[in-house]
Amino acid sequence: MKYFKLTVSLIITLGVFFALNTKFGSVPPIGKFLNPYSGIWQNETDESSSGVVAISGLSDKVTVHYDAELIPHVFAQNELDLYRAQGYITAKHRLWQMEFQTFASAGRLSEIIGETALNYDRQERRRGMGYGAEQALLKMNEDKQTTAFVKAYSDGINSYINQLEDKNLPVEYKLLDYKPEAWTPKKTALLLMYMTKMLAGGDEDIENTNALRLFGKDRFDLLFPDFYDITDPIIPKETDWSYIDVPQTPTPKSEFVLDSIAETLDQPNPDNGSNNWAISGSKSYSGNPILANDPHLGLNLPSIWFVMQLSTPNHNTFGATLPGALGVISGFNQYIAWGETNATRDVIDWYKIEFNDAGTKYKFDDSWKDVTYRIEDIKIKGKPNYKDSIRFTHHGPVVFDKNFKSDNEKIGYAMKWVGHIGGNNQKTFLELNKGKNYSDYLNAISHYTAPAQNFVFASTEGDIALWVQGKLPNKWEGQGKFIMDGSQSKNDWQSFIPQSFNAHTKNPKRGFVSSANQHPVDEAYPYYVFNDGYETYRNRIINDFFNSKDKFTIQDFKDLHNNNYNLKAAEIVPYMLETMDASGLTSQEREIYNEIKAWQFNNDIDEVGPSIFRQWYGILYNMVWDEFKVDKTALDAPSAYQTIYLLKNKGDDKFMDIAETKKIETAKDLFLLAFKKAAERLLELQKENGDYKWLTYKATYAGHLLQALPAFSRFNIPIGGDGSSVNATSENHGPSWRMIVEMTSPPTALGIYPGGQSGNPGSKYYDNFIDDWAAGKYHSLNFLQSNAPTDAIIGTQTLTPSN
Amino acid sequence: MKANTTNFIVTLILAFVLSLFLPWWSVMTAALVTSLFIPLKKAAVFFVPFLAILLFWAIYSFILSSGNDYTLAKRIAVLLPLGGNPYLLILLTGFVGGLAAGITAVFGKQLTLISKK
Repeated sequence: MKYFKLTVSLIITLGVFFALNTKFGSVPPIGKFLNPYSGIWQNETDESSSGVVAISGLSDKVTVHYDAELIPHVFAQNELDLYRAQGYITAKHRLWQMEFQTFASAGRLSEIIGETALNYDRQERRRGMGYGAEQALLKMNEDKQTTAFVKAYSDGINSYINQLEDKNLPVEYKLLDYKPEAWTPKKTALLLMYMTKMLAGGDEDIENTNALRLFGKDRFDLLFPDFYDITDPIIPKETDWSYIDVPQTPTPKSEFVLDSIAETLDQPNPDNGSNNWAISGSKSYSGNPILANDPHLGLNLPSIWFVMQLSTPNHNTFGATLPGALGVISGFNQYIAWGETNATRDVIDWYKIEFNDAGTKYKFDDSWKDVTYRIEDIKIKGKPNYKDSIRFTHHGPVVFDKNFKSDNEKIGYAMKWVGHIGGNNQKTFLELNKGKNYSDYLNAISHYTAPAQNFVFASTEGDIALWVQGKLPNKWEGQGKFIMDGSQSKNDWQSFIPQSFNAHTKNPKRGFVSSANQHPVDEAYPYYVFNDGYETYRNRIINDFFNSKDKFTIQDFKDLHNNNYNLKAAEIVPYMLETMDASGLTSQEREIYNEIKAWQFNNDIDEVGPSIFRQWYGILYNMVWDEFKVDKTALDAPSAYQTIYLLKNKGDDKFMDIAETKKIETAKDLFLLAFKKAAERLLELQKENGDYKWLTYKATYAGHLLQALPAFSRFNIPIGGDGSSVNATSENHGPSWRMIVEMTSPPTALGIYPGGQSGNPGSKYYDNFIDDWAAGKYHSLNFLQSNAPTDAIIGTQTLTPSN
Repeated sequence: MKANTTNFIVTLILAFVLSLFLPWWSVMTAALVTSLFIPLKKAAVFFVPFLAILLFWAIYSFILSSGNDYTLAKRIAVLLPLGGNPYLLILLTGFVGGLAAGITAVFGKQLTLISKK
């Protein structure tokens, strides 16, 4: 009996130990997780902003002053020390995020969260993320200085990781029960690939091909014109291109590949975009140029940006950094300011590949070329590894084949992506950080390859400029709009547009430069540029604003950043109200009708108009494009701009007809049908949520990187705007960093972002900027001119060499 | 009664000392040791170490958390889910530690019974 009791109690004890020490599904190992001396209670604190830390590899002392926003102002004696310190300090505040993003980039999430991430991981590896990062690293390594700085940055991160005790691990590691691994330069390359995917990882070639096959060329061109009836391009229309002496690639005789493809890769959010602009001294209230930037990205916590001042005796830079990459990405120094918006050019093309019987060779012109293999070994938490063998052609990886989203043994589709070519894009930012004038800026961006960006520029010397910069293929007319036959060399990318012929403008007569992801140029530009998802509303509001008067103040810049005007609604709602037969509306519907009629097209939080418009237009859009819902066929319906154009100008086109009804509907009929459905839904929403004001309807949130884990996210953020407003804040997407820099000497700057400097959900600095950001407020950036702390400094940490 | 008090105090001190260099299961180790050297009877076998560790973990987490306005505790109490109540999380923390200690002490008691034979 005694032995029985002993055995039972032993088993129970071991059972309790096991139960409290093991992660079950999403439940963390409770004993490890909750104990107060190494569990989450140790994260119940702000990061230290004082003391002395010894760091190996430093050559001199580095001073880090923290201000009240927890922005580190780093003063190093040389650049190697500076980037080592940047690595260390960034890791101190953002370690989990910076590592997690590189795991996501590399397709390694299964290692952390298990089999549920396997399809995602396979997709990222087939997209060639790891391959692209390796190519980028090769290019980086050709430059000794970049290599040395990236190595110092990595070592700085590792200095932080190596001194971490279990109890100090960021809370996400405790939740998911794993530990950080060493940082490497490849992870920096992966982070840059992550940005390349986010900003230049979208394309519609396959969807376009399906649409072309289903609807024919004429109908396709009506729905997807290369240029809209109006464009207000980034580079002003009156630009003289006569200096360009390298012609566009001549168009070969080529036939369409009209294949049917069921599904494609996950696409980046189409709202990924941004605004930037700069005005010259002549348009500025003070005579100093003023520059602004606000990149629109997913609203995540920890935020994608980390703000720092990075200084050596030779340069002094301030702005938004990307945890994982060196230097300031969007910011300023004593002489220049710069910012980016996405250039949205078509840098992904798809080639149909015909394999031999064994699947080891593919047809190319009159011969068969060997494929090369890349074996992706995917680790899965708690399961054996998954091996995916990916075939590479000279175009790029064969993403879709019998092993992935297809069952065709002989046919595959290979991806040609500028992201696979590699480039030392890190160097551009390192040089911008040290730039002193326009020519430094031009040198810095000239070797930048991807993701193509519109780099806005202003200097204390009084110059403003904007370059559409990236490595951009010189395509023949129509190249890459649809899937191409990969067996013919004439379909390959033949060359790239020479860098100096990339579209740009410097000190234009109109006194301002701006970009908002619209068409970079009009038809006069001598290279093939077609509309692949360019923005059509924000840019016109911005340009109209700067054409509207002579002088602009900082307040004007703030107002424009926070402008909620919905031009899209303004261009269709009056027409819908006028055209629709409203005589048969019920009294409840009539009330909603009157509400939207009274709306002045501002997407402010206490308005109901934006919610009614979103519902109404959303249902209408789906009714118009019901032809695009085809089983097992990847299709993208036309843009909002073209939809609205057709509704107003071709209201009796047969696309307006709802295919499944006998009646032949026109746009006018759809307005009413959609309105009635929208009204029904709005009344339901009113019942569920109390009202359908824009605040409630949109319910903007900043979601934690782990699928918006509610505990670590912020919900119902009171901010207006929408995707096509200048304040482009939709549900989970928007201005991820707002910056305004006046080019005084030294520059005076404002900045804010929807998050906080700390990555620790237990810190008050985790999300402390969100309320001010939502309210349209800015924080003054304390641009320290010397190592001496000012009143703004609340703590100083000294990093010293350890020997 | 005296044994209960002694066991309680020794478990607390031992758990505290072991926690400085052992992972979370230091509380199980502490409870095992005291159950072997300061044997208790009946329900006290479980409840004395249970209460000692519950108090230790709850008070320690309370100290860490109250100094930071319960910022993280409120979030973790959404995650687990305890309705966002940080005090419930503190109580749960104490309970988890206490349970592990109490159960181990029961096992220790069985060991002493064997060795007495």
